[in-house]
Amino acid sequence: MPSLGDVQPQSMHFAEPLGLASGAVLRDYTLAYETYGTLNAAKSNAVLVCHALNASHHVAGTYVGKEKSEGWWDNLVGPGKPLDTDRFFVIGVNNPGSCFGSTGPTHPNPDPAANGRTYGSDFPVVTVEDWVDAQARLVTALGIERLAAVIGGSLGGMQALDWSLRYPGRLVQCIAIATAPNLSAQNIAFNEVARRAIVTDPEFHGGHYAEHGVIPRRGLRVARMIGHITYLSDDAMEAKFGRDLANAAFGYSTQEIEFQIEAYLRHQGDKFSEYFDANTYLLITRALDYFDPARTHAGDLTATFARARCRFQLVSFTTDWRFAPARSREIVKALVDNRLDVSYAEIAAPHGHDAFLLDDPRYHGVLRACFANLAKDLA
Amino acid sequence: MSDRTDIELIAELVPKGSRVLDLGCGNGELLALLSRERGCSGYGIEIDDANVLACHQRGVNVIQLNLEDGLALFEDQSFDVVLQLDTLQHLRNTERMLRETARVGRVGVVSFPNFAHWPNRLHVAAGRMPVTRVLPYQWYDTPNIRVGTYADFEVLARKDGLAILDAFGIQAGKVVRTWPNLLASVAVFKFQRG
Repeated sequence: MPSLGDVQPQSMHFAEPLGLASGAVLRDYTLAYETYGTLNAAKSNAVLVCHALNASHHVAGTYVGKEKSEGWWDNLVGPGKPLDTDRFFVIGVNNPGSCFGSTGPTHPNPDPAANGRTYGSDFPVVTVEDWVDAQARLVTALGIERLAAVIGGSLGGMQALDWSLRYPGRLVQCIAIATAPNLSAQNIAFNEVARRAIVTDPEFHGGHYAEHGVIPRRGLRVARMIGHITYLSDDAMEAKFGRDLANAAFGYSTQEIEFQIEAYLRHQGDKFSEYFDANTYLLITRALDYFDPARTHAGDLTATFARARCRFQLVSFTTDWRFAPARSREIVKALVDNRLDVSYAEIAAPHGHDAFLLDDPRYHGVLRACFANLAKDLA
Repeated sequence: MSDRTDIELIAELVPKGSRVLDLGCGNGELLALLSRERGCSGYGIEIDDANVLACHQRGVNVIQLNLEDGLALFEDQSFDVVLQLDTLQHLRNTERMLRETARVGRVGVVSFPNFAHWPNRLHVAAGRMPVTRVLPYQWYDTPNIRVGTYADFEVLARKDGLAILDAFGIQAGKVVRTWPNLLASVAVFKFQRG
């Protein structure tokens, strides 16, 4: 499948303050974004792609001279791909609080009292709702009133769902993959372990590690390791690593790598700690914890979705135990109760939560059909 | 499994503009027809991946579920019509599914192969299980795990307190109202909660 080829990150500055759910205000901010394909004359073919925990606005294509810089959803987005850039104008945006270009904890705090200090842990807590508001401003600034679709997986799916509630008239189709109406206690627990790993790292320095010229690398590594375990299914891990040893025989050590799975997790942790910001990890996991649109409707998801107007596509994966199919079915029920158009595919993929980033032909077939129908309606 | 004409005959049982739930909707052909020609809306339920994809490609609302898990997703009397065509005979929990159909829909429509159609009777009289156009499987590989007759359904409906609103057979694309238990390969029942 051909790729988009070289793409260019862009950024847009917003001088108008963004009021946040917490009551805090982001007084001015920049959003990093990328676009692929061409916006049609009617400005009706735009699709917004929302990212999950560790991704960014770089959804597809590569950066000039960087061979291995493929976007995180390159298997889905591109010419002739399920989200076809020959038909759609695709927008990837980096959320505020992230560490890939949009205003976040690694940037200077504009508050005069901060004396030019880096935000660090003083960056305000942001929610899914705040992100959706920021995204909506970008969409408006690009001259688009109504999106053809908003799509996302996992935390990105939560943003897609929130679009349907916060801006019900501004999207035709919501595509929410491997997501949930809120996190379970077990899910919050995993996030909390990750956060504690970071915060208790001696090099965290209350979140102002940049001023000390250090990174709480150990904490980030452990956070990523635990996260990674939850993104894979037991079967997938068994198939990939089983009880394979790193060396020919047991080393009878307690701290050296003995099993392949340990080497894999340590490698993932090391890699992650090289490019991801610790404060961003804290913020994004918290946004996940907080997301619960039914909370203001006494937990009634049906009442919550009464305001939604768009049509919905939901997808879950049978081996995803972090965002299990039952959670997607809760959303489907709320949509059906409101007589909204919804299709739901439950894909028997073995890969766990990570399946949403892979290209299972059933999964991509469903998305391809969904976008083809959308393109037909736009024509 | 149903012929195109069978589908058209059954579609006529669905009032225009109905909200429809089609249990075991296959490739979504009937839902598409009901939407196009009778202004109906609703959802199909399907378990098979290829059928789910076909429904998506047709632009029919489809929800991938295993009917054996029940219809907990749907509220009481939330649909005008619940269809269960050529599906009943594949389900282990036939009775529960019928009760669920009557709970969720104001009207239920069921179709299934009539085992008492006369050629089937001849097969059995000759000592062999029938293999026909409507029942094309061998006894050891049939997906039809519940084999019943037109007359059997009438008994079951009475037992489960379902009021039959209409019933007929279909044979070779024609409605059969005379001796359907003998003369029709497909049985069709329209019912509601009694």
